[in-house]
Amino acid sequence: MSSVADVAVPPVARAASAGALGRLMSDPMGAAGAIIVVAFVLLALFAPWIAPYDPLKLDVLNKLQSPSLAHLAGTDQLGRDTLSRLIWGSRTALGISLTATGVAGAIGLVLGLIAGYGPRWLDGVLVLVFDSLSSLPMILFALAVITVLGPGTTTLILVIVLVSIPGYARLIRAQTLTLKTADFVQAERSMGASVPRILGRHLLPNVVGPLVIVLSMDVPVVIMLEAGLSYLNLGVRPPTPSWGNILYDGYNSLRQQPTLVIEAGVPLVLSTIGFTFLGEGLRDALDPRLQVRPR
Amino acid sequence: MLTYAIKRIALAVVILFTVMLAMFAMVFLVPGDPASLALGPRATPALKAELIQRMGLDQPVPVQVWNFFSNAAHGNFGYDVWSKRPVLDQILEVFPNTLFLGAVALGWALVLGVALGCLAVVWRGTFIDKVLGILSVSMIAVPSFVIALYSLLIFAVWLNWLPAVGAGTPGDWGSQIRAVILPAFAIGITWVGYLARLVRASMLEVMGAPHIRTARAFGLSETRIVTRYALRLAIIPTIAILAVGFGAILSSAVFVETVFSRPGIGTLVTAAVSKRNYPVVMGTTLFMTAFYLFVVTAADLLIARLDPRVRDVFRG
Repeated sequence: MSSVADVAVPPVARAASAGALGRLMSDPMGAAGAIIVVAFVLLALFAPWIAPYDPLKLDVLNKLQSPSLAHLAGTDQLGRDTLSRLIWGSRTALGISLTATGVAGAIGLVLGLIAGYGPRWLDGVLVLVFDSLSSLPMILFALAVITVLGPGTTTLILVIVLVSIPGYARLIRAQTLTLKTADFVQAERSMGASVPRILGRHLLPNVVGPLVIVLSMDVPVVIMLEAGLSYLNLGVRPPTPSWGNILYDGYNSLRQQPTLVIEAGVPLVLSTIGFTFLGEGLRDALDPRLQVRPR
Repeated sequence: MLTYAIKRIALAVVILFTVMLAMFAMVFLVPGDPASLALGPRATPALKAELIQRMGLDQPVPVQVWNFFSNAAHGNFGYDVWSKRPVLDQILEVFPNTLFLGAVALGWALVLGVALGCLAVVWRGTFIDKVLGILSVSMIAVPSFVIALYSLLIFAVWLNWLPAVGAGTPGDWGSQIRAVILPAFAIGITWVGYLARLVRASMLEVMGAPHIRTARAFGLSETRIVTRYALRLAIIPTIAILAVGFGAILSSAVFVETVFSRPGIGTLVTAAVSKRNYPVVMGTTLFMTAFYLFVVTAADLLIARLDPRVRDVFRG
């Protein structure tokens, strides 16, 4: 019983991806990561139906309550339901981090291909720009951009995209340079294939794999950055729920109601661990030799 | 070695110039002029005119670029928009605090990380190795400012063992050391994970080398082989990562310093960002970039001295 999809996907590719998924799920760390990530994605997607309260609804009479049956995780300094805010916070965290890494990955892919396959002078210029950008301590560059543009969700995404592009572009450039001289690319070129054909049909499929691994390993870094900047009041603006904002509220009422800080840290720690485990598992399953440096 | 050193230093200088040009361009790319950006919507025309005059914003752009570069070369990083104090003075006032914090954090992380990495190699393939592996990845993943908040809550608020705010009294080493423990713990924990993994990976690579086989054939104990012969080679990539790590340490320091209200580069720059006090932000960024480039270049040269193989290939 073969459907259209079965015919369209080459059997070799399917076997490889099925093998990789199997390898990922048989590794306890990778499997745990995958389960945590899927849980957070579901939480973010269905936040309006899962959250028991409106995350923005004020109820000042019931402020800073301890966990109870009415408010499973208690309330914050304005009487808002903490559990609902944390659930909606996963939407903020995942929305921003997935958008930002996705956009940065796409731009880095194009720039890396251009640098690796384009004329040498352009490669020189691009490499200098990438090197300069990655020589700036990431956080200071981010703060400089925020100073100029003013804090907010759009600025936050832009900042993350800007600081991430050089890393991805360098990775793609390095891959492109090695592949450029590979026999199958040389053969294709000698048969008169156009540049778009070589880039699209031969280089792209080969460089996308490592990029996906690096992207997935960067998602937790971006989640941390979003929460950190929102904690400093320089990221997502209140009252939009973000784990960073909630941690900040918790810090301010640390002595009256310590549960707020404790609870707000839990999803942050869980999600960064989940994404890191998934990224590690993906790397082990797909490309164990890929080196990832700290950021 | 000399050619390598010259090339490496020249590259650092070119990068620093590009960064300075980019920083300068960024202020000009934004809608509105830098003076109203810094002063905000409530600026009076007189106040604005004064700031424009003081910062030389009324001069042609090429002149401004020249002034910016020559001032920076003379150690003048501009002036605070509000207090009018030189930015460099403010940086130098708090920089030792951040440097001390970073050094303590990296220091304890280095000791524990290398030890855990060695343990994993000695017990490679066993259950302990697996547990250490998962532990290192988890330590890498946990955001340092959450650790900072949790340790603040436990050790400063509940147990009252260590101070919750500040960097201690200047001159009083005891209070400074007590104040650095919690922030350094929060920042270092990520690095324990990185270093343990890195040391394990580079050590396993070294363990297959001929000189290790020779040592084994001579009947040396496994512990002696690991600490005396393998670690010496495996430490080289660690130096490189430590240098890169100084930039990453700074990122966590920005958040952790704020959690502990600890005077430092992080608190200086975040306070300036909220007030859009851009000369302070730009000055600090330049200063730290220069410092970071210096550390990375010095580490590269050190590695080239330790490992002759590196000299042959110029790595950009």
